[in-house]
Amino acid sequence: MSRAQVQGVVVARARVAEGIHRLTLKCPEVASSMRAGQFVNVRVRDDGWDPLLRRPFSVSRVDGDRIDLVFNVVGVGTKAMSSYEPGRSVDLLGPLGKPFAVDADFETALLVGGGLGVAPLPALTDELRRRGKSAITFLGARSRSQLYREHLFELHVATDDGSEGHHGTVVDLLSVYLGEHTVPSPMIFACGPTPMLRALGAFAKERSIPCELSLEGEMACGIGLCQGCPVERVGGAKRYALVCTEGPTFRAGEVIV
Amino acid sequence: MVTTSFCLRGVEFANRVFAASGTFGYGDEVLDLADPSRLGGIMTKSLSWKPRDGNAPRRVVETASGMLNSIGLANIGVHAFIETKLPTLRTLRTRIVANIAASSVDEYAQVLTLLDSQEGVDAFEINVSCPNVKEGGLNFGTNVDRTREITRRLRPLTQRPLIVKLTPNVTHISEFARAVEAEGADAVSLINTLVGMAVDIRTGRPKLSTVTGGLSGPAIKPVALAKVYEVAKAVKIPIFGIGGIMSAEDAVEFLMVGASAVEIGTLNYIDPAAGGRIAEGIAAFAAEKGLSDVGQLVGSLKADLSASILQSWL
Ligand SMILES: Cc1cc2nc3c(=O)[nH]c(=O)nc-3n(C[C@H](O)[C@H](O)[C@H](O)COP(=O)(O)OP(=O)(O)OC[C@H]3O[C@@H](n4cnc5c(N)ncnc54)[C@H](O)[C@@H]3O)c2cc1C
Ligand SMILES: Cc1cc2nc3c(=O)[nH]c(=O)nc-3n(C[C@H](O)[C@H](O)[C@H](O)COP(=O)(O)O)c2cc1C
Ligand code: FES
Repeated sequence: MSRAQVQGVVVARARVAEGIHRLTLKCPEVASSMRAGQFVNVRVRDDGWDPLLRRPFSVSRVDGDRIDLVFNVVGVGTKAMSSYEPGRSVDLLGPLGKPFAVDADFETALLVGGGLGVAPLPALTDELRRRGKSAITFLGARSRSQLYREHLFELHVATDDGSEGHHGTVVDLLSVYLGEHTVPSPMIFACGPTPMLRALGAFAKERSIPCELSLEGEMACGIGLCQGCPVERVGGAKRYALVCTEGPTFRAGEVIV
Repeated sequence: MVTTSFCLRGVEFANRVFAASGTFGYGDEVLDLADPSRLGGIMTKSLSWKPRDGNAPRRVVETASGMLNSIGLANIGVHAFIETKLPTLRTLRTRIVANIAASSVDEYAQVLTLLDSQEGVDAFEINVSCPNVKEGGLNFGTNVDRTREITRRLRPLTQRPLIVKLTPNVTHISEFARAVEAEGADAVSLINTLVGMAVDIRTGRPKLSTVTGGLSGPAIKPVALAKVYEVAKAVKIPIFGIGGIMSAEDAVEFLMVGASAVEIGTLNYIDPAAGGRIAEGIAAFAAEKGLSDVGQLVGSLKADLSASILQSWL
């Protein structure tokens, strides 16, 4: 899991859903050492200082010496990345952060992604399969056109507008599913917007299902230098944990999201 | 070969490029990403007597060519620093400058005295941009009497180099530099961050939890250069120039206006190995100019402005 500052080379860029882009980079250093849930910090431009800071993205999937980043355009950085051309080299720091606890004691992983929180789930699916653990995936999006669903298995969908699957939130969808099915020794792995993570953490606690959440917060460095990415802990001597080095994955109940 | 080293109170530093406090952790966080032996030294994250949790999120906001922070001096405290960080730092082939923050003059003295008894701390940098609990959180560093008082109290407590780090959030920073020079400080470092803020117009709230924070990065470089220039005209002690340095060329500007050394801050977040490259870039620039010592660049600015005009203009 050794971190490095490396150059990735853009192999492909594709628009994979409404407003959602996938960037495939050739980056053997990250591809060979990265684990699901970890992220890379991307220097968006190398010819100036605006935007100044790197932008963090989950590694969505590893294929040989390639990695995928999946993102939507929300501002200057992601806008620039959405027009990267093949051949361009991209300065990356990574892999960073703590991976998902794929080796924890469970049999069935319940993967929950809200919006772009789907990003790390394909890599997680691959790792679970390699370990012979089964995965059931629950995705939430605003509407059908904004669903990214590649490389996922046993997929269940919820949309806010009802254009596909369950009409409602992904947490409701999970609740309905668990009401109708018996899942042996489950553990939830989730990534998505804060309100979703909060609701899911509460749901998991109520049902006594172990649950790991991947958080997204502002980061100035992503490598533990700035103290800019605190999340409040529950109990313990230290009040805050750093999302970039102690996370981004945390057990629900370990931190206040 | 160009000489890159320089001395401060008998301590030799391999070159004139340092990592700025709060931007390089305690010095052991990125040993896998940056080789510290390429730096003149590392200024540690500000250390206080007791651990400090720091401010509530949100603590960082990006701005045009810069960033705001309100970390709130979060740190593990001087005892944990000595136990968990210093053993590793002692093995690094670079100088360790312990940066100290405190909320009373006594606390500054307490932290410095404890660190002074330790091997592996080569020098001190005193962060005076801290709220003074005795004065209801008023910043020590914006009051020249408090800044003088801290220096007077600390000077006799150590034989190691004592650098006082000044805040730019005052009318005449040179007044502060003169005050600490008179109290025996070996050097000053400047600038710390500039007070700034940013607003989220959708929510109508400030973006930082503390409303205002400290601005750093390339956006502040012109301000920092002018402050270093002002201080260089006012004092004889060496200056560590800080503020928005992103390249060797930026660093040379600071040397030319009068800084004897520079500190790299925000750039470490983006490119943690940049400091070493900047040190080499400065040496290459000096060599190109036919100089034998990087020190010859210090104060080499050719300015026509007479001292008297400068006085009235400041
Ligand atoms: C560990 C981690 C992993 C991430 N993985 C992914 C991913 O796989 N795919 C993806 O699309 N995004 C991901 N993000 C979020 C991504 O980093 C931001 O969307 C990106 O930094 C925005 O950059 P920008 O310059 O386009 O937007 P900016 O111009 O910086 O911001 C535009 C708007 O987006 C908001 N914003 C900026 N950063 C974040 C953030 N971190 N979280 C929420 N809102 C933000 C800003 O407040 C602002 O309103 C991740 C974030 C973290 C911390
Ligand atoms: C996130 C952050 C944390 C900082 N923490 C400290 C600190 O603990 N003590 C200190 O003296 N200066 C601190 N600084 C100030 C820097 O050392 C430096 O003076 C300032 O950032 C200007 O330099 P730059 O523009 O190169 O970053 C901090 C700066 C930033 C951005
Ligand atoms: S983002 Fe800098 S410490 Fe986490």
